[in-house]
Amino acid sequence: MAFELSTEILEYIDKLIPRYPEKRSAIMMILHAIQKEKGFLSLEAQEWVAEKLELTPIQVREVVTFYPFYREKPIGKRHIRVCRTLSCALNGSYAVCDRFKEAFDTELDEISPDGRVTVEFAECLASCGTAPVVMVDDKLYENLNDEQVEAICNKIKEETPANPKAGNTDVS
Amino acid sequence: MISVPKQSEVHPSERRIILKNADNPDYDVSIDCYERHGGYEVMKQAFSSRKPEELCQEVLDSEVRGRGGAGFPAGMKWKFLDRKSGKPIYLICNADESEPGTFKDRQIMHKDPHQLIEGMMISAYAIQAAEAFIYIREEMPLGAQILEEAIAEARAKGYVGDNILGSDYSCDLIVHRGAAAYICGEETGLIESLEGKRAYPRIKPPYFPAALGLYMCPTIVNNVETLCNVKHIAEMGGKEYAKIGRPGNTGTRIWCLSGHVKNPGYYELENGKFTYGDLIYKIGGGLREGRTLQAVIPGGSSAKVWRAGERFSGKLRSGEAFDWAIDDVPLDFDGPMAAGSMSGSGAVIVVDDSVDIVEVLANINAFYAHESCGQCTPCREGSLWMKKITTRMVNGGAREEDADLLASIGDQIAGRTICAHGEACAWPTQSFVAKFRDKFTEKAKEDPEKASKRPFRLV
Ligand SMILES: Cc1cc2nc3c(=O)[nH]c(=O)nc-3n(C[C@H](O)[C@H](O)[C@H](O)COP(=O)(O)O)c2cc1C
Ligand code: SF4
Ligand code: FES
Repeated sequence: MAFELSTEILEYIDKLIPRYPEKRSAIMMILHAIQKEKGFLSLEAQEWVAEKLELTPIQVREVVTFYPFYREKPIGKRHIRVCRTLSCALNGSYAVCDRFKEAFDTELDEISPDGRVTVEFAECLASCGTAPVVMVDDKLYENLNDEQVEAICNKIKEETPANPKAGNTDVS
Repeated sequence: MISVPKQSEVHPSERRIILKNADNPDYDVSIDCYERHGGYEVMKQAFSSRKPEELCQEVLDSEVRGRGGAGFPAGMKWKFLDRKSGKPIYLICNADESEPGTFKDRQIMHKDPHQLIEGMMISAYAIQAAEAFIYIREEMPLGAQILEEAIAEARAKGYVGDNILGSDYSCDLIVHRGAAAYICGEETGLIESLEGKRAYPRIKPPYFPAALGLYMCPTIVNNVETLCNVKHIAEMGGKEYAKIGRPGNTGTRIWCLSGHVKNPGYYELENGKFTYGDLIYKIGGGLREGRTLQAVIPGGSSAKVWRAGERFSGKLRSGEAFDWAIDDVPLDFDGPMAAGSMSGSGAVIVVDDSVDIVEVLANINAFYAHESCGQCTPCREGSLWMKKITTRMVNGGAREEDADLLASIGDQIAGRTICAHGEACAWPTQSFVAKFRDKFTEKAKEDPEKASKRPFRLV
């Protein structure tokens, strides 16, 4: 099946590229946009980007594999990133992480059995004054305590239907 | 319009210049609000009546030092720009904010984005940049969105883009998002990343950005807070600005206080007018009930640690002798340096006696090992060895020789790498081992069973 993107993203990409003095500079922003729509960066997606920017596929692959945020495999519908760095760790982030894992009966870096989440550790999220902090997709939650973690878990369960077969992916 | 929750009361000791409006309840991120508070007036004045060279001179006179980590005078950096090459000049705002403990740039971008835009456009005009970029970490999607919207507003009003404010000067401003790699904060790594590659730092020399930066063109990379300062320097004049703070440590600084203190947060203080003791106890509320101080990391987790009770003595550059406890160290650039560490990114992390100090180092080591870009063998391998050793120690497998082994690995990394990430990962280990050697030795005698009962664990 040919690799396809929504017209919205295609328009965004076509506007983005000419803003940079050199085309190649647009790669990270394009990868962000594609990952947001597709959930991950498949080989087809990488080849598409290479062609679009007149790069070799390995030049795209180098970028995809270097930066922790880009992924080549699907994750759960919701992305939970628990900060594990010093100030958060000093304020209980390891326990926070355990609570998320228990709530979704899952292991770190895996799609939960209900398909709803992937829980990961993240490095310092630049909010150390309100430690411990967690990012759920694009939203930051600060000063977490047990009740708040529970409330976040319940909210995710309410908003996101279980689908054990599919992560956040276009190949479900 | 996006609204961001306001935080923390302003402490009476603060002198807020950069954060003057940020936390006011009736202040928002719109351009109307910014203009109501006098926004873009300094830029208008600069564009209509001042030459770029004059503005560069003001920044030089202000003696403002970079707020991103190394504390290099901004005016001097701008002076190093290679203008003879005839190539376009670029301005980059470093909004990667990735040093653990640091969260000040977030406040500026989230709560007062137009201040950054105004500071950047004055800077761009002063150095005659052809194009300007904000490199913001991926972990701040809200910040990127706020900035995008603010730039669109500024563009519509003629503050950004072609023939700015009716002058012949044109400069676009682009927001570029990282993808969660700490090394993108290092300026040459950032440049590689902005060029669309892996963020592998370049060797300096020859790749000093001011000569060979983005697309091998002269480039200035400055931190968010530094660029905001430029607006205030242009407003009050360099010499007037230099009266704030102390000689060589001018202006205010936003200090980020975190870890085991009652009131963690960010505090904008006049440089050199306070001490670490003031920040931790008077402003930060001190330690939690019943706890005593174990350590202070004075400038981001890569800074060398101080052990509670330590004293520092020597002579300052002025020739004046000093003999300080941690509490007496002046809160500025030179104070922590004189005390064998650095103010780095201004991130003060406090550690009380409730945690195992080896575990603290293990946590730091896990960070720097994860973030090594992998180009240099000493950094790539050494950081991982240090992480493995401290993790093993925490997990109940400490050995008598570990302290020496760690120190020797640290010594073999520092000074032997392409970029300062080498030092960033060696300094914590070297200083923790030197200052807490007894704790490392005790660890080897500990019952391995105890390992799993600690308040936080490492993977
Ligand atoms: C490993 C490493 C990480 C860095 N991370 C940051 C960062 O996140 N933000 C920042 O402004 N500077 C960071 N720096 C410092 C930059 O390289 C550079 O000195 C700074 O952006 C210059 O701006 P300034 O002169 O305004 O401080 C880092 C340096 C190193 C060696
Ligand atoms: S010191 Fe480390 S981070 Fe810096 S270039 Fe070498 S391997 Fe990369
Ligand atoms: S340590 Fe968690 S946000 Fe910085």
